[in-house]
Amino acid sequence: MSSSASYWRRVWRHFKRNTLAVIGLWIALALMGVALLADVLANDTPYYMIYQGTRYFPLLQSGLSSLGMVTLPPELQRVDFTQLPAERVISPPIPYRPNRIDLQSPFAEPSAVHWLGTDKLGRDVMAGIIHGARISLSIGFVAVGIAVGIGLTLGSLAGYFGGWVDLVISRLFELMLAIPTFFLLITIAATLRPNIFYTMIVIGFTSWVGMARFTRNEFLKVRNLDYVTAAVALGTPTRRIVMRHILPNALAPVLVSVVLGIAAAILTESGLSFLGIGVPADLVTWGSLLNEARSNSFAWWLAVFPGAAIFLAVVAYYLVGEGLRDALDPRLQ
Amino acid sequence: MFTYIWQRLLLLLPTFIGVTLVAFFIIHLAPGDPAELRAGGGLAAAGAEGISSEGVSAVDQALIAWRAQYGLDQPLPVQYWRWLHNLFTLEFGNSFKDSQPVWRKIAERLPITIQLNAVSLVLIYTVAMPLGIYSATRPYSFGDQVTTFLAFLLFALPSFWIGTLALVFLCGGDFLDLFPPGGMTSVGYASTWSFWRRLGDRAWHLCLPVLIMSYGGFAGLSRFMRSSMLENIRQDYVQTARAKGLSEHWVIYKHVLRNSLIPIVTIMASILPGLISGSVIIETIFSIPGVGLLAYEAVLARDYPIIMAVFTISSLFTLVSILLSDILLTLVDPRITFSGRSI
Repeated sequence: MSSSASYWRRVWRHFKRNTLAVIGLWIALALMGVALLADVLANDTPYYMIYQGTRYFPLLQSGLSSLGMVTLPPELQRVDFTQLPAERVISPPIPYRPNRIDLQSPFAEPSAVHWLGTDKLGRDVMAGIIHGARISLSIGFVAVGIAVGIGLTLGSLAGYFGGWVDLVISRLFELMLAIPTFFLLITIAATLRPNIFYTMIVIGFTSWVGMARFTRNEFLKVRNLDYVTAAVALGTPTRRIVMRHILPNALAPVLVSVVLGIAAAILTESGLSFLGIGVPADLVTWGSLLNEARSNSFAWWLAVFPGAAIFLAVVAYYLVGEGLRDALDPRLQ
Repeated sequence: MFTYIWQRLLLLLPTFIGVTLVAFFIIHLAPGDPAELRAGGGLAAAGAEGISSEGVSAVDQALIAWRAQYGLDQPLPVQYWRWLHNLFTLEFGNSFKDSQPVWRKIAERLPITIQLNAVSLVLIYTVAMPLGIYSATRPYSFGDQVTTFLAFLLFALPSFWIGTLALVFLCGGDFLDLFPPGGMTSVGYASTWSFWRRLGDRAWHLCLPVLIMSYGGFAGLSRFMRSSMLENIRQDYVQTARAKGLSEHWVIYKHVLRNSLIPIVTIMASILPGLISGSVIIETIFSIPGVGLLAYEAVLARDYPIIMAVFTISSLFTLVSILLSDILLTLVDPRITFSGRSI
């Protein structure tokens, strides 16, 4: 265990030396923070408010009441906080919900009121981008989680057992590589109802081949080493040999493809929602905001900012992935 | 050589059957069968209250007729066999939208997409290979680092973002008016124009789409070319060639380059599927009436015969490109024989 800890410490030391990768890591962490705190950063419910002489913490109170922990005071139930004549209000930095339609100000240019402008329904772009981070990242993480599950399982099976198991699973790899993934995605998305859970599952089910191949190759390399033979001779159960003795060796190269896979999944998701496929029409995502610029080419802010968010997320994960690959490569140390 | 090609073809057969099974499975993933899908709105209206029982039975009869027409009343293996048979006879049925034969609709649009993809592929290779050679012959120099950085940046830029930005800022919106906002031909295009004028017009329309479709490719491929060259430069035979006094130019272009081309040829098989997928996005952004746009419109309209046909054809196309790159590989590398090749 101690040798494994020092291995990761060494990897981390090499990773830290790569300035670009560290910048990427910071951006990725910041985006995760934005995704987690989206409701606190961009919301039309104020943090603090004095209304008719009473103090309220509406955001906290409505958050807790949605968890069923407190009941919202009746005067705050089903009210539009922006219309409430409160004496003193402290609002979130972006005082809009992403799906708050304001038909009075469609296509507002970026200004102090709407930092990044509004879209055709008067929805705030900044709020949309902040909440879009949550959608994109959760799709990225869940899809890659599914892909890792399938990839590790099939790769281990093919690599450990070899023979006809390997032959069959390798044909499966070939099959997946022969199918144009994006076509498969839009075909499936067209047959199913638009839903982000389906999108996660479909992206996961179409992106495991790389990880499975890495795992398989690593297993082929390791399975005939003396220590594995020793474990077999000692009568260690196959499951334990695979899980404890071989799989950890395969994790390092798989980790790189996990990080790069998140970038790819974010890219695929935004591409799909850019085409208006796979996510419900009323859900504001990075891709759906960018899509609006296509038919309204004067609204440059709809083209620039959501796309920049996609680019930033993708670059961050690419940088981390590349940095990790260099840090894990023994030839470069 | 021919035995090799035959053997490869035989090995592709299970993959092809797998692809058709996936396609067949997706058709049956759709809620309801194609007959119900075709009946669509009519069925919903008939199910509503206030419609006479004759109306309902008319829809039911139409459904039965359609099921018989599509063979949906048969058991699944029979349906699959029939569908496979139709596939080989290029009988994809008629579009739900306008009842035109699917095959004709695709054949009309295929040349445009092939043109777009072929130009992009040629562009990718002509830009990426010299860039890769440049970087590999000066590893870690300033020029190499700049091209590495640019390649990384281009690789990470989503093509649908750059496409949208180009549409907003370069194509006659409120900003610059350098390129047409889409389509294949200018307003007032006539077939009586001289050849050069027609060619110029086409080039002006395809310039942005082709560039945006290929930039990711030449970023990736130039990196690949660089690492392939660097790997070969480190080999013993290069040292031998230098030791016996060959000029550096000769070493690089005669010895290293030839060996570095081997993986570059094989990677074509993985670039092509990407280009095919990319053409959906690019053709949609620039309203280019190719197969990609056809597929996109079919997806929005849930026009299943077209979706299935495009899916199957593009998978076939990918399989053929894998086969082609395998054959090319044996041509450029005589060491590779079928028996020695694993997976």
